Amino acid sequence: MSDAAAAAELAARASYGRLLAYLAARWRDVARAEDALGDALLAALETWPRTGVPDKPEAWLLTAARRRLVDGARHASVTAAAEADLTLMLDERAEHEPHAGFPDERLALLFVCAHPAIDEAARTPLMLQTVLGLDGARIASAFLVAPATMSQRLVRVKAKIREAGIRFEIPAPGQLAERLDAVLEAIYAAYGSGWEDVAGADPRRRGLAEEAIWLGRLVTRLLPDAPEARGLLALMLHCEARRPARRNVAGGYVPLTEQDVTRWSLPLMAEAERLLAAAARANAPGRFQLEAAIQSAHAQRALNGKTDWEAIALLYEGLLRYAPTIGARVAYAAALAEARAADAGLAALDAIPADAVAAYQPYWALRGHLLKGLGRKAQARAAYDRAIGLSEDPALREFLLRRQRG
Amino acid sequence: MQYTILVYETASELTARTDPKRKDAYWGAYRAYTTALREAGVMVGGAALEPPRTATTVRQHDGKRRVQDGPFAETKEQLGGYVVIDVPSLDKALEWAARCPSASTGAAEVRPNMSPSPPPA
Repeated sequence: MSDAAAAAELAARASYGRLLAYLAARWRDVARAEDALGDALLAALETWPRTGVPDKPEAWLLTAARRRLVDGARHASVTAAAEADLTLMLDERAEHEPHAGFPDERLALLFVCAHPAIDEAARTPLMLQTVLGLDGARIASAFLVAPATMSQRLVRVKAKIREAGIRFEIPAPGQLAERLDAVLEAIYAAYGSGWEDVAGADPRRRGLAEEAIWLGRLVTRLLPDAPEARGLLALMLHCEARRPARRNVAGGYVPLTEQDVTRWSLPLMAEAERLLAAAARANAPGRFQLEAAIQSAHAQRALNGKTDWEAIALLYEGLLRYAPTIGARVAYAAALAEARAADAGLAALDAIPADAVAAYQPYWALRGHLLKGLGRKAQARAAYDRAIGLSEDPALREFLLRRQRG
Repeated sequence: MQYTILVYETASELTARTDPKRKDAYWGAYRAYTTALREAGVMVGGAALEPPRTATTVRQHDGKRRVQDGPFAETKEQLGGYVVIDVPSLDKALEWAARCPSASTGAAEVRPNMSPSPPPA
């Protein structure tokens, strides 16, 4: 790759989100801002090899993209008055470009992506595409959606943002916590990206974990006073710290309780602990801080070799008050079984409505495990069958088949 | 809406069906998969197919009949079976396809079943 191409790619990766957020916020049109920025990046690839890489690649890209937007608007036969406006916008470069110091609108863009008017299923993909510039095929694969369906969804939500006039702004303090929750949920969905069992996911299938952590860091930097943002980042880092331990040397699946703690990443765990402690000082608990606290309790095993299941069960009770998800209910049952007895865990599983778990793998895996422990062999076998049949991961499937037999 | 999941398997997977060391894991995984489909209430039907070497292909083009030993096309992955499911959307059908054991070795192709055409007016 030529230097110019490499520089164009580097500029694109480093500043795609900032450039796009700025353009989309100014023009209130995500799709057109994307097209213009895409054209500008292509133009850079054509021009820079001839002219050399400009001193401020970002500023160059911004000018080129803005020119495309103005030209596009002219073609759309705008009125003379509007055209004067457009020329004015073009001239703004004098104001911004000396330092490429255009304002960072990425936070506003994140709030647009997770706006209540946007279909929940489209929020994370929209974030990944606009803030990180991820390509559609990769997003579709991560979320197990047909690529054509994913691109239609993204086109639809961008039209909605434009037509509904969704504003690029930071919500007022009264709404901030609730709106931020939606942003954090969408980032967390990228971390899980389709895997039911985040903590046990195959380390080779990284999904979008790195991208999610990057977004998590971005939000904590842009909103340093938000404890839940720190909680989410702490949660993701704790899970990430265990990634190398989730498989043994032979590639076999290793459940959390059997993981070799010497393979957990101490620096990631330490960073997560610092974030969680800083979040706690705000004295405003929430779902992600609780989830991070649960992972922090598991992390203690690396320090003293013990897991305090009673504490973990209590934390899950707290979590269920904020987010009574099926995942949290199943994990609570697992903690109860460890802290007290297998039948206490089983009773907690029985309390979950059957139709909610018809296709939820972790429920059946835990059910098989608990029934086996209670010596109810035939029932255990049937539950394991469902867990195996619902597994996407061949290593997990193999692990459960062994458990079922042995 | 009905979808068919076409189970494409590699030669190695097809051998696993009868390999004494691997057949328990192979059949265990498929039995569990169909159990999960049935228990979730989405299974309409399906079958495992005997391996491609048992196939016989018939063509009658331009009045000429040709009967040939072997499958329609020799490819790296061969059709090993199919499952018909009834789910609300393609997204759901893809979730089930991802759980098919062949998805992590060969492939699982999802096609919508055509709805029966309306009777002629």
